[in-house]
Amino acid sequence: MADQHFDGIKIRHLYKIFGPNASAHVEAVRNGLSKAELNEKFGHVLGLKDINIEMPSGCVQVIMGLSGSGKSTLIRHINRLIDPTAGEVLVNGVDVVKMNELELREFRRQQTAMVFQKFALLPHRNVLDNTLYGLEVQGVERSKAVDVAMRWIERVGLKGFESKYPNQLSGGMQQRVGLARALANDAPVLLMDEAYSALDPLIRTDMQSVLLDLQKEIRKTIVFITHDLDEALRLGDQIAILRDGEVIQQGNSQDIVLRPADDYVANFVKEVNRGRVVQVEAVMVPPWAGLSPTCMTIPAGTTIEDAMRVIAKGPDGDVAVVGPGGEPIGVVNLRQLAGAMVNSHGAVSQHDGSVARAL
Amino acid sequence: MEWFYEFPSMNDDSLRTLKKAIDEGFRTFTRAYGDAIEGFFSPLQHFLIAAERFMTQTPWPIITLIILAIAWGASRSWKIVLGCLVTLLAIGYFDMWDDTMRTISMIFVCTILSIAVGIPIGILMSRSDRLQRLVNPALDVMQTMPSFVYLIPVVMLLGIGKVPGLIAVVIYAIPPMIRLTDLGIRLVDKDVLEAAEAFGSSSWQKLKNVQLPLALPTIMAGINQTIMMALAMVVIASMIGVQGLGQPVLKAIANQYFTLGIFNGLAIVGIAIIFDRVSQAYGQRLQKHREVVHG
Repeated sequence: MADQHFDGIKIRHLYKIFGPNASAHVEAVRNGLSKAELNEKFGHVLGLKDINIEMPSGCVQVIMGLSGSGKSTLIRHINRLIDPTAGEVLVNGVDVVKMNELELREFRRQQTAMVFQKFALLPHRNVLDNTLYGLEVQGVERSKAVDVAMRWIERVGLKGFESKYPNQLSGGMQQRVGLARALANDAPVLLMDEAYSALDPLIRTDMQSVLLDLQKEIRKTIVFITHDLDEALRLGDQIAILRDGEVIQQGNSQDIVLRPADDYVANFVKEVNRGRVVQVEAVMVPPWAGLSPTCMTIPAGTTIEDAMRVIAKGPDGDVAVVGPGGEPIGVVNLRQLAGAMVNSHGAVSQHDGSVARAL
Repeated sequence: MEWFYEFPSMNDDSLRTLKKAIDEGFRTFTRAYGDAIEGFFSPLQHFLIAAERFMTQTPWPIITLIILAIAWGASRSWKIVLGCLVTLLAIGYFDMWDDTMRTISMIFVCTILSIAVGIPIGILMSRSDRLQRLVNPALDVMQTMPSFVYLIPVVMLLGIGKVPGLIAVVIYAIPPMIRLTDLGIRLVDKDVLEAAEAFGSSSWQKLKNVQLPLALPTIMAGINQTIMMALAMVVIASMIGVQGLGQPVLKAIANQYFTLGIFNGLAIVGIAIIFDRVSQAYGQRLQKHREVVHG
């Protein structure tokens, strides 16, 4: 449904300094002035420092960080709810920073939609009228807007609640309205600012499934902000970890869990259920010539947990990992899998499995 | 040491000249522009006369029904409707119907005018801190300056009658309208406003879809306050020829007619209570979607 030629989002050398004379200090920050020094000497707060992220079209880009890391500031630069101090934000090849007010308004109407942590629904409007808000702002005819809105209300599982008011719904249901409102816009970019952080854990997992399900069909470019690593690993095709306004690591879930960039990331990763994230490629050894052709196979990309489930049901022995064409690309056994699950960072650090072999 | 015991004031001659000059200046201004200003306000006069004619010439059972219907429409409460009916019947029975209708028509026009002028000023004020800093002291003056004082220039400009009375009442009653509109819009949830912004709302769309609806309960409180203050002014306005319940009160003060005073005073209280309860109940009904049902 998203524009076929959508070119994704590119953020380049983005700086944000809060304070009355922000632009005067960019050069100093570029040359290494630290956040603490900037605050102490000039009373300015460094929000974001030299952010460079490329988000390809149709992917879920997760931006993760603790509170105060600048993640909410960062997502607001994509639709310019916050103006940057320096840098470029290219959405589909157009620099958002250079847009005038009218262009920006049109850009927000057509290219982006946003879901908010605190839902931000209009309390005096019912579910239907909240959902079609974006279309109403665009000037879409009411009857057409109602059709579209009803489709999305049904799609997020709120059929029958159209005439309820936000205060009559639970948090999870309110956020479904928020999601429907954003999707009804049919914009290629979907911005989700800690969209699920205010929900309780079960509902959060539920809403994550809703999003993953939807994404299979809508293929939007989704920017998802979260402080929860499990959520980040589950949703993100790409993950960027932010601390004190700087990106400290970028990569997919495998990169983050297997090769944390520093102790800060490693600390996060420690608490993660590795079995659900790490894939068998990370621990397999290359297939040898005399491999029994009758042994069990699992496809590449299987998580360790799923692989162990297969092994637990079958006979003892090696399991072949097969590529998309069915050709064996590696071999794993129970010991390797178990080792990968309990290992904290360091031991399994290479994709080629050389360390795993040594286990 | 004389300056120590007596404040060294301007000498009498210069003071007199100063006062005379200001008075003379204003008088010249009145002579030059009085007619033009009167012409400017003449639509208001027509509006006032039409409203008063409607209220006094329509048969009383019809007026009563209209008021009760409005009370029901706004409050949806039988208790309030019944209270209105009893008050109106009592007023009529004690032969104060015509004066009451004149007062109600005056209050109605004052309220419409205050809303029409006050809400736009309140909206502008909420958008600019500088304007807020400018307007606030002016509102303070309007509320604290003894109303007799600003009756003088109004009467000099427009003479005695309905329109100067209306202006005096509006000057006194409009500040809460402006202040509460400003406050209501400033208190609108920033998150909701940000969401409207993120969906590309223009500033008119933000005002119409978000700011005004969310500020409406506060604005309603402002309207309620404006009505109450306008009612408080009817006695003073009657000194410059506004007809209604104020005139008998004035007569009672001058002649020490205790009963006449208390009856008319109670009639003012009665319609004040009607206006207050009905407008408050309406304001509360507007808020019903804001109560949190789920935590």
